[in-house]
Amino acid sequence: MPDLPTAIEVSHLVKSYGGVMAVNDISFTVARGEIVGFLGPNGAGKSTTMRILTGYLPATSGSVMIAGLPVATQPDEVKRRIGYMPENNPLPEDMRVSEYMYFRGRLKEVPRRKLSPRIDEVLEICDLKRVRHKIIGQLSKGYRQRVGIAEAILAEPPVIIMDEPTIGLDPHQILIVRDLIGSLRGRMTVIISSHILPEIEMTCDRVLIINQGRIVAQGTPAHLRREIFGHSSYRLELAGDLTSLPAVLAAVDESLRSTAVGDPDADGFRQVTLTTSRDGELGEPLLSALLGRGFRVRALSREHPTLEDVFLAATRRSWDVVSAPGSPRGRETPPPPPT
Amino acid sequence: MKHLPTLLSHELRMLLVSPATYVAATLFLGFMGLIFTKILEIYSGAPQETSPAIVYFQLFWLPVCVMVPLLTMKCLAEERRLGTIETLLTTPVTTSEVVLAKFAAAYLLYTTLWASTLGFFYFLKRFSGDDRFLDPGPLLGGFLFIAVSGLLFVAIGVLASSVTRNQSVAGILGCVALATLILGGNALSDSTWLEQGLFRPLKSIVDYGHIFAHRDDFARGVIDVRHLLFYASGTALALIFSILSVEAKLLHA
Repeated sequence: MPDLPTAIEVSHLVKSYGGVMAVNDISFTVARGEIVGFLGPNGAGKSTTMRILTGYLPATSGSVMIAGLPVATQPDEVKRRIGYMPENNPLPEDMRVSEYMYFRGRLKEVPRRKLSPRIDEVLEICDLKRVRHKIIGQLSKGYRQRVGIAEAILAEPPVIIMDEPTIGLDPHQILIVRDLIGSLRGRMTVIISSHILPEIEMTCDRVLIINQGRIVAQGTPAHLRREIFGHSSYRLELAGDLTSLPAVLAAVDESLRSTAVGDPDADGFRQVTLTTSRDGELGEPLLSALLGRGFRVRALSREHPTLEDVFLAATRRSWDVVSAPGSPRGRETPPPPPT
Repeated sequence: MKHLPTLLSHELRMLLVSPATYVAATLFLGFMGLIFTKILEIYSGAPQETSPAIVYFQLFWLPVCVMVPLLTMKCLAEERRLGTIETLLTTPVTTSEVVLAKFAAAYLLYTTLWASTLGFFYFLKRFSGDDRFLDPGPLLGGFLFIAVSGLLFVAIGVLASSVTRNQSVAGILGCVALATLILGGNALSDSTWLEQGLFRPLKSIVDYGHIFAHRDDFARGVIDVRHLLFYASGTALALIFSILSVEAKLLHA
């Protein structure tokens, strides 16, 4: 296989079913060895996109290149380079784990002499050795998910695509799967979709947020926070004369202002939310300025929007764009106020 | 077609662990045993002109209409219901390989079950001590008919399984399609109205597809190339439609 820097290249991909646009002109690239998270509400087009990437579904228009090969014209070659775990992880109920692995290994053209050691290896990696002789239909959800992951990595393909691999797992199993996916970093290109957003944030190098068949945001989680919210927030608990607060804030940073002020509690402390367009850390100068002007400060913390906030804001923004009367689809609207 | 042996051995294994296979095998062997017992009763009561083998194959349609759907109803419908067709078709195998492997596995089992009934004739010869009961001509002709016609019947069962994800519906569809082909063809062929005027060309088509007539020809030792062509082209057509059906479902998934 040629040593290509881009493992996946999607360009103007469109998929429609009977007039309904499931995927609407999306383009993105994934570098070799990168782990990318695919986020989106139900029906956003994640699974359809993943199925097109695997060559299982044909695209209506646009192009997909996997490891430099076009999926549309060389699906068999592409399938040799992909490990895929579909949504809901369908598995044959009547087979034993080791039999299933052997069968899949043969279909994926793993040489016979290499197959047994490789099966042992993936069963060890996925902690499946003790259930290798069990019937798949009798396994718990966690084991079944791991069988699906083991099968996806069995032939050591350069690209792994997993549709919600952690769904239905308990926290311990999620940790195992997260470590497992993390261990593939640099060796294999991985695309995973998930609704567990902290999971994506911890595992993935980059995130693609898709809604209504379009990519509404993409980048690293930190980049997305900046792009979607465009500001930092601080939360304070302070007591003192609030009329002098705007002057104190302006002295610290011109864009720093209070956006919400709570009622005083029994000790006279109020909760105050501050926002600034500056990305750098303002905690220390802010604290010094407040104390210097006679404010009593009980707490100061910088608010970090979670990926969940980013996801909700990005998808809400895309809905706003679509529903705005006279608004051309896809035009950016100002970011929503912080929540 | 390099994955066909892997898929075929997998399909055979899946058939051998499926309860439907054993239900089909038990029903089939029980029914054929019953028919054979009745034949023995008739032959022990009075001398007959025809060989027992000819009488034995006359009721072939009844087990075919029940056994073939039981063997094939699960093959593609279940893959689609469970979603395992998606994992299968995202490996370097083609839809044709998948359909052919399922067809070949069901056909092998079908012919194996029929072949096992050769034991009835062996027991008859063994205990009667009369070689005339093991008349090789009609027996070989009958089994050859079963083997050749089985290609088409099993392909129709596979086609029925490819159009739905519900295996019960696939079973009923297969049963109705086989009964229509075998019994409907027979009923039409016996109709006198087809011999009149405009319908005369239709009559020749119906006669060409008259499966009972094929059976009688095979049993008499007449191996007509037209019959072989009928079953070969019918099988190819049913399998092509099965492949197209699976792929069409993907396009509209």
